[in-house]
Amino acid sequence: MRRRTALLFTAPALLLFAVFILYPMFTMFSYAFFSWAGTARGGFVGLDNFVTLFTRAPFTTDLPRAAMNNLTFFIGLMVFQNSIGIGIAYALQSRPRIRQSLQTIYATPYLIGPIIVGYLWSLLLSPVFGPVNSALRALGLDSLAVAWLGEPSTAPWVVIGVSVWQWIGFPVLLYGAAFGGIPAELGEAARMDGATNRQVFFRVTLPLLMPAVGTMTVLTFIFAMEVFALPYAFGGSTGSPAGSIDFVSLLFYRVAFGSGATDAIGNASALAVLLFLVIFGGAFAATRLLRRYESRLVG
Amino acid sequence: MSAAVNLSAAGRRRLSPGRAGVTFLLWAYAVFALLPLALMVIGSLRPNSDLLRDPAGIPTNLTLDNFVEAWTTGNFAEYFGNSLLITAGSVVITVVVATLASYAIARSRSRIIQGIEALFLSGLVMPLHLAVLPIFFLFEQLGLVDSRLGLTLLYAASGIAFATFVLTTFFRQLPVELEEAAALDGANQLTTFIQIMVPLVRPAIATVAVFQFVPIWNDFFFPLVLLRTESNYPLPVGLTTFFGEHASNYAVAFAGLVITTIPLVALFLLATKQIVAGLTAGMSK
Repeated sequence: MRRRTALLFTAPALLLFAVFILYPMFTMFSYAFFSWAGTARGGFVGLDNFVTLFTRAPFTTDLPRAAMNNLTFFIGLMVFQNSIGIGIAYALQSRPRIRQSLQTIYATPYLIGPIIVGYLWSLLLSPVFGPVNSALRALGLDSLAVAWLGEPSTAPWVVIGVSVWQWIGFPVLLYGAAFGGIPAELGEAARMDGATNRQVFFRVTLPLLMPAVGTMTVLTFIFAMEVFALPYAFGGSTGSPAGSIDFVSLLFYRVAFGSGATDAIGNASALAVLLFLVIFGGAFAATRLLRRYESRLVG
Repeated sequence: MSAAVNLSAAGRRRLSPGRAGVTFLLWAYAVFALLPLALMVIGSLRPNSDLLRDPAGIPTNLTLDNFVEAWTTGNFAEYFGNSLLITAGSVVITVVVATLASYAIARSRSRIIQGIEALFLSGLVMPLHLAVLPIFFLFEQLGLVDSRLGLTLLYAASGIAFATFVLTTFFRQLPVELEEAAALDGANQLTTFIQIMVPLVRPAIATVAVFQFVPIWNDFFFPLVLLRTESNYPLPVGLTTFFGEHASNYAVAFAGLVITTIPLVALFLLATKQIVAGLTAGMSK
Protein backbone atom coordinates (compact mmCIF):
# COMPACT_ATOMS: atom_id res chain seq x y z
CA MET A 1 0.00 0.00 0.00
CA ARG A 2 1.32 3.46 -0.89
CA ARG A 3 2.32 5.65 2.03
CA ARG A 4 -0.20 8.38 1.26
CA THR A 5 -3.11 5.94 1.19
CA ALA A 6 -1.86 4.29 4.37
CA LEU A 7 -1.66 7.64 6.15
CA LEU A 8 -5.18 8.47 5.01
CA PHE A 9 -6.42 5.15 6.44
CA THR A 10 -4.70 5.72 9.82
CA ALA A 11 -5.56 9.43 10.10
CA PRO A 12 -8.92 9.14 11.97
CA ALA A 13 -7.52 6.73 14.58
CA LEU A 14 -4.38 8.80 14.97
CA LEU A 15 -6.35 12.01 15.47
CA LEU A 16 -8.58 10.51 18.17
CA PHE A 17 -5.63 8.85 19.88
CA ALA A 18 -3.46 11.96 19.85
CA VAL A 19 -6.16 14.31 21.17
CA PHE A 20 -7.75 12.14 23.86
CA ILE A 21 -4.90 9.84 24.97
CA LEU A 22 -1.43 11.16 24.14
CA TYR A 23 -2.05 14.84 24.85
CA PRO A 24 -3.60 14.26 28.33
CA MET A 25 -1.00 11.63 29.28
CA PHE A 26 1.86 14.01 28.50
CA THR A 27 0.34 17.15 29.99
CA MET A 28 -0.41 15.18 33.17
CA PHE A 29 3.29 15.35 34.04
CA SER A 30 3.63 19.08 33.39
CA TYR A 31 0.63 19.97 35.60
CA ALA A 32 2.43 18.70 38.69
CA PHE A 33 5.33 21.16 38.36
CA PHE A 34 3.31 24.39 38.14
CA SER A 35 1.47 26.47 40.71
CA TRP A 36 -2.28 26.56 40.35
CA ALA A 37 -4.91 29.04 41.47
CA GLY A 38 -8.25 27.38 40.77
CA THR A 39 -8.13 26.44 37.11
CA ALA A 40 -5.52 29.08 36.20
CA ARG A 41 -1.98 27.86 35.78
CA GLY A 42 0.77 29.96 37.35
CA GLY A 43 4.54 29.71 37.16
CA PHE A 44 6.92 26.76 37.38
CA VAL A 45 7.40 25.71 41.02
CA GLY A 46 9.61 22.64 40.72
CA LEU A 47 8.77 20.00 43.32
CA ASP A 48 6.65 22.23 45.61
CA ASN A 49 3.46 20.31 44.87
CA PHE A 50 5.17 17.07 45.84
CA VAL A 51 6.56 18.58 49.04
CA THR A 52 3.03 19.70 49.99
CA LEU A 53 1.85 16.08 49.79
CA PHE A 54 4.22 15.15 52.61
CA THR A 55 4.01 18.26 54.79
CA ARG A 56 0.46 19.63 54.81
CA ALA A 57 -2.57 18.29 56.64
CA PRO A 58 -4.67 16.34 55.77
CA PHE A 59 -2.18 14.76 53.35
CA THR A 60 0.22 13.91 56.19
CA THR A 61 -2.38 11.58 57.71
CA ASP A 62 -4.46 10.58 54.65
CA LEU A 63 -1.69 9.71 52.19
CA PRO A 64 0.26 7.24 54.39
CA ARG A 65 -2.99 5.62 55.49
CA ALA A 66 -4.27 5.29 51.91
CA ALA A 67 -0.90 4.00 50.68
CA MET A 68 -0.86 1.39 53.47
CA ASN A 69 -4.39 0.34 52.52
CA ASN A 70 -3.31 -0.12 48.89
CA LEU A 71 -0.36 -2.21 50.03
CA THR A 72 -2.45 -4.36 52.37
CA PHE A 73 -4.99 -4.82 49.60
CA PHE A 74 -2.23 -5.95 47.22
CA ILE A 75 -0.78 -8.42 49.73
CA GLY A 76 -4.22 -9.75 50.61
CA LEU A 77 -5.07 -10.28 46.95
CA MET A 78 -1.75 -12.01 46.31
CA VAL A 79 -2.18 -14.42 49.21
CA PHE A 80 -5.76 -15.43 48.48
CA GLN A 81 -5.86 -15.14 44.69
CA ASN A 82 -2.68 -17.16 44.28
CA SER A 83 -3.37 -19.86 46.83
CA ILE A 84 -7.00 -20.37 45.79
CA GLY A 85 -6.23 -19.86 42.09
CA ILE A 86 -3.31 -22.31 42.03
CA GLY A 87 -5.24 -24.80 44.16
CA ILE A 88 -8.30 -24.74 41.92
CA ALA A 89 -6.27 -24.80 38.69
CA TYR A 90 -4.25 -27.76 39.98
CA ALA A 91 -7.38 -29.66 40.98
CA LEU A 92 -9.05 -28.95 37.61
CA GLN A 93 -5.95 -30.22 35.81
CA SER A 94 -6.82 -33.82 36.70
CA ARG A 95 -10.55 -33.36 36.00
CA PRO A 96 -10.74 -32.61 32.27
CA ARG A 97 -14.44 -33.44 32.01
CA ILE A 98 -15.68 -30.72 34.37
CA ARG A 99 -12.81 -28.31 33.81
CA GLN A 100 -14.33 -26.02 31.21
CA SER A 101 -17.76 -25.63 32.79
CA LEU A 102 -16.22 -24.85 36.19
CA GLN A 103 -13.79 -22.35 34.66
CA THR A 104 -16.74 -20.57 33.04
CA ILE A 105 -18.69 -20.51 36.30
CA TYR A 106 -15.74 -19.14 38.27
CA ALA A 107 -15.22 -16.42 35.65
CA THR A 108 -18.86 -15.24 35.62
CA PRO A 109 -18.56 -12.52 38.32
CA TYR A 110 -15.70 -11.08 36.22
CA LEU A 111 -18.33 -9.87 33.72
CA ILE A 112 -19.99 -7.55 36.20
CA GLY A 113 -18.61 -4.10 36.90
CA PRO A 114 -16.90 -3.42 40.25
CA ILE A 115 -19.42 -0.71 41.16
CA ILE A 116 -22.31 -3.17 40.66
CA VAL A 117 -20.45 -5.88 42.56
CA GLY A 118 -19.87 -3.36 45.36
CA TYR A 119 -23.52 -2.40 45.69
CA LEU A 120 -24.61 -6.04 45.40
CA TRP A 121 -22.35 -7.09 48.28
CA SER A 122 -23.30 -4.09 50.40
CA LEU A 123 -26.93 -5.26 50.09
CA LEU A 124 -26.00 -8.88 50.82
CA LEU A 125 -23.89 -7.86 53.84
CA SER A 126 -26.38 -5.37 55.22
CA PRO A 127 -26.40 -5.92 59.03
CA VAL A 128 -30.16 -5.93 59.54
CA PHE A 129 -31.79 -7.75 56.66
CA GLY A 130 -28.83 -8.92 54.55
CA PRO A 131 -29.10 -12.62 53.64
CA VAL A 132 -25.49 -13.27 54.74
CA ASN A 133 -26.09 -12.30 58.34
CA SER A 134 -29.52 -13.92 58.50
CA ALA A 135 -27.94 -17.13 57.22
CA LEU A 136 -25.19 -16.85 59.85
CA ARG A 137 -27.82 -16.39 62.56
CA ALA A 138 -29.79 -19.36 61.26
CA LEU A 139 -26.61 -21.44 61.62
CA GLY A 140 -26.23 -20.26 65.20
CA LEU A 141 -23.19 -18.14 64.38
CA ASP A 142 -24.67 -14.96 65.85
CA SER A 143 -21.23 -13.70 66.89
CA LEU A 144 -20.25 -13.54 63.20
CA ALA A 145 -23.36 -11.61 62.17
CA VAL A 146 -21.69 -8.21 62.50
CA ALA A 147 -21.88 -5.01 60.46
CA TRP A 148 -19.15 -6.16 58.07
CA LEU A 149 -18.91 -2.86 56.24
CA GLY A 150 -19.52 -0.71 59.31
CA GLU A 151 -16.43 -1.68 61.29
CA PRO A 152 -12.93 -0.40 60.45
CA SER A 153 -11.58 -3.79 61.50
CA THR A 154 -13.65 -5.85 59.05
CA ALA A 155 -14.27 -3.51 56.09
CA PRO A 156 -10.78 -3.97 54.51
CA TRP A 157 -11.30 -7.74 54.60
CA VAL A 158 -14.59 -7.34 52.77
CA VAL A 159 -12.84 -5.34 50.03
CA ILE A 160 -10.19 -8.07 49.67
CA GLY A 161 -12.70 -10.92 49.85
CA VAL A 162 -15.13 -9.43 47.34
CA SER A 163 -12.28 -8.62 44.92
CA VAL A 164 -11.04 -12.21 45.13
CA TRP A 165 -14.60 -13.45 44.59
CA GLN A 166 -14.91 -11.27 41.50
CA TRP A 167 -11.53 -11.88 39.83
CA ILE A 168 -10.72 -15.50 40.80
CA GLY A 169 -11.65 -16.74 37.32
CA PHE A 170 -8.59 -14.99 35.91
CA PRO A 171 -5.89 -16.72 38.02
CA VAL A 172 -7.73 -20.01 37.54
CA LEU A 173 -7.50 -19.58 33.75
CA LEU A 174 -3.93 -18.25 33.82
CA TYR A 175 -2.58 -20.98 36.10
CA GLY A 176 -4.63 -23.57 34.24
CA ALA A 177 -2.86 -22.59 31.04
CA ALA A 178 0.50 -22.63 32.86
CA PHE A 179 -0.11 -26.13 34.26
CA GLY A 180 -1.12 -27.28 30.78
CA GLY A 181 2.23 -26.05 29.46
CA ILE A 182 4.32 -28.12 31.90
CA PRO A 183 5.28 -31.43 30.24
CA ALA A 184 3.91 -34.42 32.16
CA GLU A 185 7.20 -36.28 31.58
CA LEU A 186 8.93 -34.11 34.20
CA GLY A 187 6.60 -35.27 36.97
CA GLU A 188 6.72 -38.86 35.76
CA ALA A 189 10.53 -38.82 35.73
CA ALA A 190 10.59 -37.47 39.28
CA ARG A 191 8.15 -40.18 40.41
CA MET A 192 10.35 -42.82 38.78
CA ASP A 193 13.14 -41.51 40.99
CA GLY A 194 10.90 -42.05 44.00
CA ALA A 195 9.42 -38.60 44.55
CA THR A 196 6.03 -38.40 46.24
CA ASN A 197 3.12 -36.41 44.75
CA ARG A 198 3.71 -33.65 47.26
CA GLN A 199 7.42 -33.47 46.39
CA VAL A 200 6.62 -33.36 42.66
CA PHE A 201 4.22 -30.46 43.24
CA PHE A 202 6.54 -28.36 45.40
CA ARG A 203 9.89 -29.23 43.77
CA VAL A 204 8.96 -29.60 40.09
CA THR A 205 5.58 -28.08 39.25
CA LEU A 206 5.59 -24.99 41.46
CA PRO A 207 9.03 -23.67 40.34
CA LEU A 208 7.92 -24.05 36.72
CA LEU A 209 4.80 -22.07 37.58
CA MET A 210 6.81 -19.06 38.74
CA PRO A 211 6.67 -17.16 35.42
CA ALA A 212 2.87 -17.28 35.59
CA VAL A 213 2.99 -16.17 39.24
CA GLY A 214 5.18 -13.27 38.14
CA THR A 215 2.71 -12.17 35.46
CA MET A 216 -0.08 -12.43 37.99
CA THR A 217 1.91 -10.36 40.48
CA VAL A 218 2.46 -7.52 38.02
CA LEU A 219 -1.21 -7.43 36.95
CA THR A 220 -2.44 -7.67 40.54
CA PHE A 221 -0.08 -4.87 41.57
CA ILE A 222 -1.39 -2.52 38.89
CA PHE A 223 -4.97 -3.46 39.77
CA ALA A 224 -4.40 -2.97 43.51
CA MET A 225 -2.78 0.46 43.06
CA GLU A 226 -5.66 1.71 40.87
CA VAL A 227 -8.61 0.28 42.80
CA PHE A 228 -11.43 2.83 42.95
CA ALA A 229 -15.00 1.76 42.14
CA LEU A 230 -15.34 -1.10 44.64
CA PRO A 231 -14.33 0.88 47.78
CA TYR A 232 -16.37 3.82 46.45
CA ALA A 233 -19.47 1.62 46.38
CA PHE A 234 -18.75 0.42 49.93
CA GLY A 235 -17.64 3.58 51.68
CA GLY A 236 -18.07 6.54 49.35
CA SER A 237 -15.19 8.84 48.40
CA THR A 238 -13.92 9.11 51.99
CA GLY A 239 -13.33 5.39 52.46
CA SER A 240 -15.58 5.11 55.50
CA PRO A 241 -15.75 3.65 58.09
CA ALA A 242 -13.00 5.86 59.53
CA GLY A 243 -10.90 5.84 56.38
CA SER A 244 -10.31 2.11 56.76
CA ILE A 245 -10.99 1.54 53.07
CA ASP A 246 -9.55 4.81 51.81
CA PHE A 247 -7.22 4.26 48.85
CA VAL A 248 -4.83 6.54 46.97
CA SER A 249 -7.15 6.82 43.98
CA LEU A 250 -10.02 7.89 46.28
CA LEU A 251 -7.72 10.48 47.88
CA PHE A 252 -6.77 11.69 44.42
CA TYR A 253 -10.45 12.05 43.51
CA ARG A 254 -11.20 13.98 46.72
CA VAL A 255 -8.25 16.34 46.27
CA ALA A 256 -8.92 16.96 42.58
CA PHE A 257 -12.68 17.36 42.61
CA GLY A 258 -13.87 17.77 46.16
CA SER A 259 -11.35 19.63 48.29
CA GLY A 260 -12.03 23.18 47.12
CA ALA A 261 -8.43 24.17 47.91
CA THR A 262 -7.12 26.76 45.45
CA ASP A 263 -4.00 24.76 44.58
CA ALA A 264 -5.93 21.46 44.41
CA ILE A 265 -4.97 20.79 40.80
CA GLY A 266 -1.24 21.03 41.48
CA ASN A 267 -1.44 18.69 44.46
CA ALA A 268 -3.75 16.22 42.73
CA SER A 269 -1.45 16.14 39.69
CA ALA A 270 1.57 15.51 41.90
CA LEU A 271 -0.35 12.62 43.45
CA ALA A 272 -1.18 11.26 39.99
CA VAL A 273 2.49 11.44 38.96
CA LEU A 274 3.53 9.64 42.16
CA LEU A 275 0.97 6.90 41.54
CA PHE A 276 2.15 6.61 37.95
CA LEU A 277 5.75 6.19 39.10
CA VAL A 278 4.76 3.59 41.70
CA ILE A 279 2.73 1.59 39.18
CA PHE A 280 5.41 1.62 36.49
CA GLY A 281 8.28 1.29 38.93
CA GLY A 282 6.65 -1.67 40.66
CA ALA A 283 5.70 -3.39 37.43
CA PHE A 284 9.19 -2.81 36.01
CA ALA A 285 10.98 -4.11 39.11
CA ALA A 286 8.77 -7.20 39.25
CA THR A 287 9.39 -7.93 35.58
CA ARG A 288 13.17 -7.65 36.03
CA LEU A 289 13.14 -9.95 39.04
CA LEU A 290 11.07 -12.39 37.06
CA ARG A 291 13.47 -12.37 34.11
CA ARG A 292 16.37 -13.07 36.43
CA TYR A 293 14.52 -15.96 38.04
CA GLU A 294 13.61 -17.42 34.65
CA SER A 295 17.17 -17.25 33.34
CA ARG A 296 18.37 -18.99 36.52
CA LEU A 297 15.72 -21.65 36.00
CA VAL A 298 16.82 -22.30 32.44
CA GLY A 299 20.55 -21.87 32.93
CA MET B 1 2.48 -51.89 29.98
CA SER B 2 2.35 -48.18 30.56
CA ALA B 3 -1.35 -48.25 29.64
CA ALA B 4 -1.96 -50.81 32.34
CA VAL B 5 -0.14 -48.65 34.86
CA ASN B 6 -2.24 -45.62 33.85
CA LEU B 7 -5.45 -47.59 34.14
CA SER B 8 -4.70 -48.81 37.62
CA ALA B 9 -3.61 -45.32 38.66
CA ALA B 10 -6.82 -43.84 37.29
CA GLY B 11 -8.90 -46.53 38.98
CA ARG B 12 -7.23 -45.92 42.29
CA ARG B 13 -7.74 -42.16 41.94
CA ARG B 14 -11.41 -42.43 41.17
CA LEU B 15 -12.03 -44.48 44.29
CA SER B 16 -10.08 -42.31 46.71
CA PRO B 17 -12.19 -40.31 49.14
CA GLY B 18 -9.67 -37.46 48.95
CA ARG B 19 -10.35 -37.00 45.27
CA ALA B 20 -14.12 -37.01 45.78
CA GLY B 21 -13.68 -34.45 48.54
CA VAL B 22 -11.73 -32.12 46.27
CA THR B 23 -14.36 -32.48 43.53
CA PHE B 24 -17.02 -31.59 46.09
CA LEU B 25 -15.03 -28.49 47.12
CA LEU B 26 -14.73 -27.41 43.48
CA TRP B 27 -18.51 -27.55 43.07
CA ALA B 28 -19.00 -25.83 46.41
CA TYR B 29 -16.83 -22.99 45.17
CA ALA B 30 -18.90 -22.86 41.99
CA VAL B 31 -21.99 -22.36 44.17
CA PHE B 32 -20.16 -19.61 46.05
CA ALA B 33 -19.30 -17.91 42.75
CA LEU B 34 -22.88 -17.93 41.50
CA LEU B 35 -24.94 -17.63 44.70
CA PRO B 36 -24.60 -13.84 45.09
CA LEU B 37 -25.78 -13.40 41.51
CA ALA B 38 -28.68 -15.77 42.13
CA LEU B 39 -29.59 -13.83 45.28
CA MET B 40 -29.52 -10.63 43.22
CA VAL B 41 -31.97 -12.04 40.66
CA ILE B 42 -34.22 -13.60 43.31
CA GLY B 43 -34.15 -10.43 45.40
CA SER B 44 -35.21 -8.38 42.39
CA LEU B 45 -38.28 -10.60 41.95
CA ARG B 46 -39.53 -10.51 45.55
CA PRO B 47 -41.63 -7.76 47.16
CA ASN B 48 -39.58 -5.55 49.47
CA SER B 49 -41.67 -6.50 52.52
CA ASP B 50 -40.80 -10.18 51.97
CA LEU B 51 -37.10 -9.32 51.70
CA LEU B 52 -37.17 -7.39 54.96
CA ARG B 53 -39.01 -10.13 56.81
CA ASP B 54 -36.92 -13.05 55.57
CA PRO B 55 -33.83 -11.98 53.59
CA ALA B 56 -32.47 -15.45 52.83
CA GLY B 57 -35.82 -17.21 52.66
CA ILE B 58 -37.41 -19.24 49.89
CA PRO B 59 -39.20 -16.84 47.52
CA THR B 60 -42.95 -17.42 47.59
CA ASN B 61 -44.72 -14.65 45.68
CA LEU B 62 -42.74 -13.34 42.75
CA THR B 63 -43.36 -9.99 41.07
CA LEU B 64 -42.00 -7.76 38.33
CA ASP B 65 -43.11 -4.57 40.14
CA ASN B 66 -39.55 -3.83 41.27
CA PHE B 67 -38.39 -3.63 37.67
CA VAL B 68 -41.26 -1.33 36.73
CA GLU B 69 -40.45 0.94 39.66
CA ALA B 70 -36.70 1.01 38.95
CA TRP B 71 -37.33 1.62 35.27
CA THR B 72 -39.78 4.52 35.78
CA THR B 73 -39.42 6.29 39.14
CA GLY B 74 -35.83 5.10 39.55
CA ASN B 75 -34.86 6.71 36.22
CA PHE B 76 -33.27 3.50 34.95
CA ALA B 77 -34.89 3.99 31.56
CA GLU B 78 -32.81 7.16 31.17
CA TYR B 79 -29.59 5.67 32.59
CA PHE B 80 -30.01 2.60 30.40
CA GLY B 81 -30.48 4.70 27.26
CA ASN B 82 -27.39 6.77 28.08
CA SER B 83 -25.28 3.67 28.73
CA LEU B 84 -26.39 2.12 25.47
CA LEU B 85 -25.75 5.31 23.50
CA ILE B 86 -22.30 5.96 24.98
CA THR B 87 -21.09 2.34 24.92
CA ALA B 88 -22.42 1.37 21.50
CA GLY B 89 -21.36 4.71 20.01
CA SER B 90 -17.79 4.44 21.24
CA VAL B 91 -17.47 0.79 20.24
CA VAL B 92 -18.68 1.58 16.71
CA ILE B 93 -16.23 4.50 16.38
CA THR B 94 -13.33 2.42 17.73
CA VAL B 95 -14.10 -0.46 15.38
CA VAL B 96 -14.40 1.76 12.30
CA VAL B 97 -11.23 3.83 12.82
CA ALA B 98 -9.19 0.90 14.16
CA THR B 99 -10.16 -1.39 11.27
CA LEU B 100 -9.08 1.25 8.76
CA ALA B 101 -5.83 1.90 10.62
CA SER B 102 -5.03 -1.78 11.19
CA TYR B 103 -5.43 -2.57 7.49
CA ALA B 104 -3.01 0.21 6.57
CA ILE B 105 -0.54 -0.84 9.29
CA ALA B 106 -0.66 -4.47 8.12
CA ARG B 107 -0.17 -3.60 4.46
CA SER B 108 2.33 -0.73 4.57
CA ARG B 109 6.10 -0.91 5.01
CA SER B 110 6.51 2.83 5.55
CA ARG B 111 8.60 3.90 8.54
CA ILE B 112 6.02 6.50 9.56
CA ILE B 113 3.25 3.91 9.65
CA GLN B 114 5.45 1.60 11.75
CA GLY B 115 5.99 4.50 14.14
CA ILE B 116 2.22 5.01 14.38
CA GLU B 117 1.81 1.31 15.17
CA ALA B 118 4.32 1.59 18.02
CA LEU B 119 2.48 4.68 19.29
CA PHE B 120 -0.84 2.81 19.36
CA LEU B 121 0.81 -0.16 21.12
CA SER B 122 2.10 2.14 23.87
CA GLY B 123 -1.54 2.94 24.62
CA LEU B 124 -1.97 -0.64 25.92
CA VAL B 125 -0.04 0.20 29.09
CA MET B 126 -1.16 3.79 29.74
CA PRO B 127 -3.12 4.30 32.97
CA LEU B 128 -5.55 6.80 31.45
CA HIS B 129 -7.40 7.36 34.73
CA LEU B 130 -4.40 9.25 36.08
CA ALA B 131 -4.72 11.78 33.26
CA VAL B 132 -8.25 12.74 34.23
CA LEU B 133 -7.36 16.35 35.12
CA PRO B 134 -5.86 17.17 31.70
CA ILE B 135 -8.81 15.34 30.15
CA PHE B 136 -11.18 17.49 32.19
CA PHE B 137 -9.53 20.73 31.01
CA LEU B 138 -9.38 19.48 27.44
CA PHE B 139 -13.11 18.81 27.65
CA GLU B 140 -13.64 22.30 29.02
CA GLN B 141 -11.81 23.85 26.08
CA LEU B 142 -13.75 21.73 23.60
CA GLY B 143 -17.09 22.35 25.31
CA LEU B 144 -17.42 18.63 26.09
CA VAL B 145 -17.82 18.73 29.88
CA ASP B 146 -21.11 17.14 30.91
CA SER B 147 -21.60 15.82 27.39
CA ARG B 148 -22.31 12.25 26.38
CA LEU B 149 -20.52 12.92 23.09
CA GLY B 150 -17.30 13.82 24.93
CA LEU B 151 -17.41 10.61 26.97
CA THR B 152 -18.13 8.61 23.80
CA LEU B 153 -15.10 10.08 22.01
CA LEU B 154 -12.86 9.48 25.02
CA TYR B 155 -13.88 5.82 25.25
CA ALA B 156 -13.53 5.43 21.48
CA ALA B 157 -9.96 6.74 21.71
CA SER B 158 -9.17 4.55 24.70
CA GLY B 159 -10.13 1.43 22.72
CA ILE B 160 -7.88 2.11 19.73
CA ALA B 161 -4.73 0.56 21.24
CA PHE B 162 -6.31 -2.83 21.93
CA ALA B 163 -8.39 -2.88 18.74
CA THR B 164 -5.49 -2.12 16.38
CA PHE B 165 -3.31 -4.60 18.27
CA VAL B 166 -5.77 -7.43 17.62
CA LEU B 167 -6.96 -6.43 14.14
CA THR B 168 -3.47 -5.82 12.70
CA THR B 169 -2.54 -9.41 13.57
CA PHE B 170 -5.58 -10.67 11.69
CA PHE B 171 -5.03 -8.50 8.60
CA ARG B 172 -1.39 -9.68 8.41
CA GLN B 173 -2.58 -13.28 8.13
CA LEU B 174 -4.66 -12.58 5.03
CA PRO B 175 -2.86 -13.36 1.74
CA VAL B 176 -1.89 -10.33 -0.38
CA GLU B 177 -3.10 -12.18 -3.50
CA LEU B 178 -6.67 -11.31 -2.52
CA GLU B 179 -6.05 -7.61 -3.08
CA GLU B 180 -3.99 -8.23 -6.19
CA ALA B 181 -6.85 -10.19 -7.74
CA ALA B 182 -9.32 -7.47 -6.81
CA ALA B 183 -7.03 -4.80 -8.31
CA LEU B 184 -6.84 -6.80 -11.56
CA ASP B 185 -10.63 -6.80 -11.64
CA GLY B 186 -10.50 -3.00 -11.42
CA ALA B 187 -11.52 -2.45 -7.78
CA ASN B 188 -9.98 0.56 -6.01
CA GLN B 189 -8.41 0.25 -2.58
CA LEU B 190 -11.39 1.42 -0.58
CA THR B 191 -13.75 -0.96 -2.38
CA THR B 192 -11.29 -3.82 -1.88
CA PHE B 193 -11.04 -2.97 1.80
CA ILE B 194 -14.79 -2.75 2.44
CA GLN B 195 -16.02 -5.57 0.22
CA ILE B 196 -13.24 -8.14 0.55
CA MET B 197 -10.98 -7.51 3.53
CA VAL B 198 -13.47 -6.41 6.22
CA PRO B 199 -15.80 -9.43 5.81
CA LEU B 200 -12.77 -11.70 6.26
CA VAL B 201 -11.89 -10.26 9.68
CA ARG B 202 -15.47 -10.16 10.96
CA PRO B 203 -14.83 -12.67 13.80
CA ALA B 204 -11.93 -10.52 15.01
CA ILE B 205 -14.09 -7.40 14.85
CA ALA B 206 -16.76 -9.14 16.95
CA THR B 207 -14.12 -10.12 19.51
CA VAL B 208 -12.80 -6.58 19.70
CA ALA B 209 -16.30 -5.14 20.00
CA VAL B 210 -17.24 -7.42 22.92
CA PHE B 211 -13.97 -6.84 24.75
CA GLN B 212 -14.49 -3.08 24.38
CA PHE B 213 -18.14 -3.14 25.32
CA VAL B 214 -17.81 -4.73 28.74
CA PRO B 215 -15.33 -2.34 30.46
CA ILE B 216 -16.97 0.75 28.94
CA TRP B 217 -20.44 -0.37 30.02
CA ASN B 218 -19.07 -0.95 33.53
CA ASP B 219 -16.85 2.15 33.77
CA PHE B 220 -17.60 4.36 36.74
CA PHE B 221 -14.71 6.79 37.09
CA PHE B 222 -14.93 8.88 33.92
CA PRO B 223 -18.69 9.52 33.95
CA LEU B 224 -18.42 10.35 37.68
CA VAL B 225 -15.88 13.06 36.93
CA LEU B 226 -16.90 14.28 33.48
CA LEU B 227 -20.72 14.38 33.74
CA ARG B 228 -22.81 16.75 35.85
CA THR B 229 -26.45 16.43 34.84
CA GLU B 230 -28.38 13.42 36.01
CA SER B 231 -30.16 13.07 32.66
CA ASN B 232 -26.75 12.33 31.08
CA TYR B 233 -25.71 9.63 33.57
CA PRO B 234 -24.98 6.09 32.40
CA LEU B 235 -25.97 3.16 34.64
CA PRO B 236 -22.92 2.91 36.98
CA VAL B 237 -23.17 6.57 38.05
CA GLY B 238 -26.97 6.45 37.96
CA LEU B 239 -26.73 3.57 40.45
CA THR B 240 -24.96 5.79 43.00
CA THR B 241 -27.66 8.44 42.71
CA PHE B 242 -30.30 5.75 42.98
CA PHE B 243 -28.71 4.11 46.02
CA GLY B 244 -28.53 7.50 47.67
CA GLU B 245 -32.24 8.09 47.20
CA HIS B 246 -33.82 4.65 47.51
CA ALA B 247 -31.52 3.15 50.13
CA SER B 248 -34.42 1.55 52.00
CA ASN B 249 -36.09 -0.22 49.08
CA TYR B 250 -33.82 -3.21 48.66
CA ALA B 251 -35.97 -5.10 46.20
CA VAL B 252 -35.93 -2.18 43.76
CA ALA B 253 -32.17 -1.81 44.34
CA PHE B 254 -31.69 -5.46 43.35
CA ALA B 255 -33.82 -4.84 40.25
CA GLY B 256 -31.58 -1.91 39.31
CA LEU B 257 -28.49 -4.12 39.59
CA VAL B 258 -30.13 -6.79 37.43
CA ILE B 259 -31.04 -4.20 34.77
CA THR B 260 -27.41 -3.05 34.70
CA THR B 261 -26.12 -6.62 34.35
CA ILE B 262 -28.55 -8.14 31.82
CA PRO B 263 -27.10 -6.56 28.63
CA LEU B 264 -23.64 -7.97 29.40
CA VAL B 265 -25.01 -11.46 29.92
CA ALA B 266 -27.07 -11.19 26.73
CA LEU B 267 -24.06 -9.91 24.80
CA PHE B 268 -21.90 -12.78 25.97
CA LEU B 269 -24.50 -15.40 25.12
CA LEU B 270 -24.96 -13.89 21.66
CA ALA B 271 -21.31 -13.31 20.92
CA THR B 272 -19.62 -16.38 22.42
CA LYS B 273 -19.77 -18.20 19.10
CA GLN B 274 -18.24 -15.25 17.24
CA ILE B 275 -15.55 -14.84 19.90
CA VAL B 276 -14.59 -18.49 19.78
CA ALA B 277 -14.43 -18.26 15.98
CA GLY B 278 -12.28 -15.14 16.34
CA LEU B 279 -9.88 -16.68 18.82
CA THR B 280 -9.46 -19.96 16.96
CA ALA B 281 -9.05 -18.18 13.61
CA GLY B 282 -5.94 -16.62 15.09
CA MET B 283 -4.56 -20.02 16.10
CA SER B 284 -5.23 -21.96 12.91
CA LYS B 285 -2.22 -20.53 11.08
